[in-house]
Amino acid sequence: MMSLDLTLWWDVFLTFIGMSLLAIGGAITVIPDMHRHLVLQHAWLTDSQFTASIAIAQSAPGPNILVVGMMGWHIGINATQGLWQQYLLGTMGLCVAMLGVMLPSSILTYGAARWVQKHRDALSVISFKQGLAPIVVSSILATSWIITVAHDDWSRDWTIWLSTALTVFLIWKTQIHILWLLGAGAVLGAIGLI
Amino acid sequence: MSARPRSKTELFWAFTQLSLQGFGGVLPVAQRELVEKRAWFTKAEFLEEWAVAQVLPGPNIVNLSIIFGAKYFGFWGGMAGLAGMLLFPMMVLIAIAVLYLQFGDIAMVEGALRGMGAVAAGLIAGTSLKLAAALRQHPLGPWPTYGIASLCFLMIALMRVPLVYVLFFLGGGSILLTYWTLKKSLSQGHDES
Repeated sequence: MMSLDLTLWWDVFLTFIGMSLLAIGGAITVIPDMHRHLVLQHAWLTDSQFTASIAIAQSAPGPNILVVGMMGWHIGINATQGLWQQYLLGTMGLCVAMLGVMLPSSILTYGAARWVQKHRDALSVISFKQGLAPIVVSSILATSWIITVAHDDWSRDWTIWLSTALTVFLIWKTQIHILWLLGAGAVLGAIGLI
Repeated sequence: MSARPRSKTELFWAFTQLSLQGFGGVLPVAQRELVEKRAWFTKAEFLEEWAVAQVLPGPNIVNLSIIFGAKYFGFWGGMAGLAGMLLFPMMVLIAIAVLYLQFGDIAMVEGALRGMGAVAAGLIAGTSLKLAAALRQHPLGPWPTYGIASLCFLMIALMRVPLVYVLFFLGGGSILLTYWTLKKSLSQGHDES
């Protein structure tokens, strides 16, 4: 028999609501906070489930924030037994977590979008958008740099650097389809060449 | 004038399609689909909307889809963008999670993820370099703009300054400089006429 613990889910929902407005710059910035709350404080999921959440979300298409949904999935899995009940509660956990983490930031973004759209000809709004343009370009480049330099074991990781550099060149200078590049990466990685 | 989406439905499917192609980050696909293929944005417009999306909390790409949808179709447009970005990817995620629950921990899967991660990092860097072309027309002039961009890279990538401080201090400084430059050129244009 499956029981639905409403206090648990309300707590889960509130926890993710709380994370939402902290996530300036995306999901990556709140990963350490989530680990502290979900694993250490509440023990809603184990360390290995936390790591698996990140790995699964990375292998799936879509925005990186889906990692939060994966954590909700594992919280659901842990709340019950039996395969089908686990799938059901896992799906529910995924939806609760995504709803919580998206709700506050989306409302704020919608409000800000309307305001910016209304004042789009104001000098201050134009300066704000254009003034941040060089920051935007560089922070995107820096994201890639930070991901790549985490691989610093040269004897093993030179293949990663080479693949990344080759991809930079191909995406920048050619029109090759993005999925071909990702597919090639997946195949080369699966047979152990990257 | 760039092209525009004709309906909320078209917007929803466009965002669904690009989100489902976005492994390891949707930004590279979004740039290619929205700027290069559909021409709903110029490079400069894309950077400007991304700036707004980035300073707000929440995932940048999802914020961008809300901003973009709201611009053309108001509230429901924003919802269409948001739903497109998340609905189908959530279903795919559930499917992958189910598979993982049964066949997790396979070395080949780990290897494939490692390979895709390397490519994804390259896609992000390459997209940034493409968008950098728009900086040539920046009101501050190309070289000061490249200077700000380099300083920003130095702070985030090498000194590991948290993004919030970079946005506030370097971003704030850049906004003020742009404001003064635009104001000066406006008043000069006024004097000459």
